[in-house]
Amino acid sequence: MSGIAMPKPDEAVLSRRGEIVRALKEMVPGEGVIDTDIGMRVYETDGFNAYRQMPMVVVLPETVEQVSAVLHYCHENGVKVVPRGAGTSLSGGALPLGDGVLMSMMKFNKVLDIDAANRAVVAQPGVTNLGITRAVEHLGFYYAPDPSSQIACSIGGNIAENSGGVHSLKYGLTTNNVLGLEMVLITGEVIRLGGKHLDSEGYDLLALMTGSEGLLGVVTEVTVRILQKPETARAALVGFPSSEAGGQCVAEIIGAGIIPGGMEMMDELAINFAEDFVNVGYPREAGALLIVELDGPEAEVDHLLAEVEAIARRNGATSLRVSTSEEERLAFWAGRKSAFPAVGRISPDYLCMDGTIPRRALPQVLARMRELSEKHGLRCANVFHAGDGNLHPLILYDANKPGELERAEDFGADILRLCVEVGGVLTGEHGVGIEKRDLMPVMFSEDDLKQQQRVKCAFDPKQLLNPGKVFPELHRCAELGRMHVSKGQLPFPDIPRF
Amino acid sequence: MPDTFKPRTAEEARDVVRWAMAEHEPLEIVGQASKRAIGRPVQAGHLLDMSGLAGIELYEPEELVLTALPGTPIAEIEAALAASNQELAFDPLDYGPLLGNPAGQGTLGGVIAANLAGSKRLKHGAARDHVLGMDAVSGRGEIFHSGGRVVKNVTGYDLPRALTGSWGTLAVATRITLKVLPRAQTEATFLLSGLGDAEAATTMTTAMGSSAEVSAAAHLPAAAAQDLAARGHALSGPATLLRLEGFGPSVDYRFERLRALLGAGRSVSRVEADASRALWRAVRDADAFVGTDDLVWRLSVAPTAGASVVAQLAGRFACKAFYDWSGGLVWLAVPGADARAEAIRAAIAACGGGHATLVRAPAPLRSSIPVFQPQPAPLAALAARLKEQFDPHGILNPGRMTAGH
Ligand SMILES: Cc1cc2nc3c(=O)[nH]c(=O)nc-3n(C[C@H](O)[C@H](O)[C@H](O)COP(=O)(O)OP(=O)(O)OC[C@H]3O[C@@H](n4cnc5c(N)ncnc54)[C@H](O)[C@@H]3O)c2cc1C
Repeated sequence: MSGIAMPKPDEAVLSRRGEIVRALKEMVPGEGVIDTDIGMRVYETDGFNAYRQMPMVVVLPETVEQVSAVLHYCHENGVKVVPRGAGTSLSGGALPLGDGVLMSMMKFNKVLDIDAANRAVVAQPGVTNLGITRAVEHLGFYYAPDPSSQIACSIGGNIAENSGGVHSLKYGLTTNNVLGLEMVLITGEVIRLGGKHLDSEGYDLLALMTGSEGLLGVVTEVTVRILQKPETARAALVGFPSSEAGGQCVAEIIGAGIIPGGMEMMDELAINFAEDFVNVGYPREAGALLIVELDGPEAEVDHLLAEVEAIARRNGATSLRVSTSEEERLAFWAGRKSAFPAVGRISPDYLCMDGTIPRRALPQVLARMRELSEKHGLRCANVFHAGDGNLHPLILYDANKPGELERAEDFGADILRLCVEVGGVLTGEHGVGIEKRDLMPVMFSEDDLKQQQRVKCAFDPKQLLNPGKVFPELHRCAELGRMHVSKGQLPFPDIPRF
Repeated sequence: MPDTFKPRTAEEARDVVRWAMAEHEPLEIVGQASKRAIGRPVQAGHLLDMSGLAGIELYEPEELVLTALPGTPIAEIEAALAASNQELAFDPLDYGPLLGNPAGQGTLGGVIAANLAGSKRLKHGAARDHVLGMDAVSGRGEIFHSGGRVVKNVTGYDLPRALTGSWGTLAVATRITLKVLPRAQTEATFLLSGLGDAEAATTMTTAMGSSAEVSAAAHLPAAAAQDLAARGHALSGPATLLRLEGFGPSVDYRFERLRALLGAGRSVSRVEADASRALWRAVRDADAFVGTDDLVWRLSVAPTAGASVVAQLAGRFACKAFYDWSGGLVWLAVPGADARAEAIRAAIAACGGGHATLVRAPAPLRSSIPVFQPQPAPLAALAARLKEQFDPHGILNPGRMTAGH
């Protein structure tokens, strides 16, 4: 284990392990409880695999009643619970706790209702992101948010992480595409939010649940919006001498009122890694590569592509290809989509960072990143969602060399601090998890963080759901509830009154 | 003697809240108070008037973001965006005329607190979908910051969205950052005449499920169409409206797609750009119900359920309806003094669920029946716990959303 500390396991809870396992086996019969070392081993980490931790026990419920019974039991008995989907989190969100139950939701794997007329799908949380699209594509529909992990990650995990992807500039993140949820509170109470109608009533708890990283409740059913597949999609592959020129082109495209279906940029290192891996003809000599995809009716796509081309040329494009067939379009994307495995082939290990910046700060941020790369003595390749300023620097390191992981982590933290410094945020799509937990004070004041933690107190006053994630310090709810009310005078008697 | 406090800074707003906490004196928060007649009347002796915190602080068209203070008139924001060919894509409705006030009033804070969204909500989402960041004063007298000013951000809980639509009962917004979008180059409306409600509902859902990228879909039964005709819109008889926005050639192409898909054997006409904008403004702001004494409800249901809910209700009492959001938003006018709340909510429940809000009614009626949809007990309890965490003394807009908070 490296620098990030997890809450210390509670010995009193560990000493009751036998009793807890027996109780769980009664609630979830059959193969639903795993308590052997060998069986639990696959759950000891997620996509943030620099960190590992064996859970106390794993439970795989199959029904809402079972989820409710387990959570109710844990609440009554002071046992922590970590919900888990497919385990692809890149921020350690699903990392188990040594004194906690790991609740895998992957047996909830059915699409329950396809309602094309209302453009809605109801699914269980363990269905994969791509599984939703697969279920509706014969009707001409798809589910828009498309994390690169879409073949594996669960829709429940997408809700918990508010996942996004290439499409999010035009079609939004998970939060913009969820219509309703069924969830179980830590008390075992089952509540429903929203449905097939718009704007669920009362406080917007859907907004709070989306991106809550498993800290507020366990999602047992989701209703998402599906969209008609655009008639056509075409992409332009544009090389620029520098990321600065590419960034300027992106700004001008948006300034011209064009919102592409996807707009991705790669730096020189990433271009070359990807080209080595897939051989699709990326311009190796370019300083930056931009992929701009336009989707919609054919007439519109053709019209806008011509505009994009003109803007690109104005900004000094050194190469420009426009896809003329579906195969070619997919080839343009192949390198970008395999950028991670491509880097994985070059370097034994890498950390995938995830911060967002205002786009105009890009040149400054890239220049600083080059300096940081030298300072920490590690290489860094950049792929990023150019349309919305979401950066994914890949920091290359070798875990077998002593000290390299720590250096990679320090480098990553420096990058995220830089993102905040230029007006951006610590995470654009992977979540805070344990990875960025200790950096939260870089972006938020003590009062900001306390108010967020009070939200958790409304849902989970004993702090049993996924503690140790997201917030750098665990405050007890009683302490967060205290108020200091002093005198009743207005400190500024000159505030205008009428 | 009730006081009105008019802070000029976030710190002053915080000080007023601290004073109110100490004195146990609840506050009613207003922007320009244009939406005071919606929702439950607030039980507070003092006004916190946020109109002094006004002004656009940052607007970067190429980054698609705008930051402004909550008292900024929404009209000022819309004008600034229009100058760069951008807009608030959630298309906030203007409740002014419906509530007997002038049009064009209201502040950013009010729009966000009420999560107002118009006809384009169907394609572009509600106000909450466009809120990126917020600074606010909690009922504990603390200023807190949440969210950010970039369009992609998942750092911490999404408080900005959660505060949107909370009607000022959780915190007083002191700064708001929004995502803005390019305004369409042009638009046209595909108008089908003469359809009954049920047929219109199917037609709208078919259009929304096509690749024609319809940005709004509404149906005006004969009575509502007649009311709009009387206001100068070129309508006669039931009208089903599908809005197409975008680049000129694209709009033309999609119009023909819709004609091929839906036009056979039906009366189709095309409403051109300016008339189309005016027509959609009338639909969005419920002009058909302006200037009457009827009680007005807004119902949100699954798009296919709207017409069934109305059919059930029309069999029981006199009412007038029209539909937006592809049938999923029902505007319902009920004459007389009985709001029919139970019948309306029962019909919604019987048709798959949703919610109903009483948006126009005399204050005594709004105090005596639930204006917003009542919630099941565990959900209501959770909402109450959330309110408690933000505003433990209950000093922010008490009674605005429910009798308890
Ligand atoms: C190669 C690769 C590429 C990726 N690309 C992207 C990308 O482009 N965009 C992006 O946004 N992310 C990306 N990710 C990150 C990851 O896939 C997403 O965060 C995904 O949403 C996680 O889903 P999961 O089912 O694997 O959840 P897990 O990893 O199992 O869990 C993630 C979090 O969700 C919680 N959780 C899971 N299920 C539930 C539930 N039912 N109820 C409550 N809480 C729950 C967990 O407690 C945990 O905090 C990528 C990951 C990999 C490995």
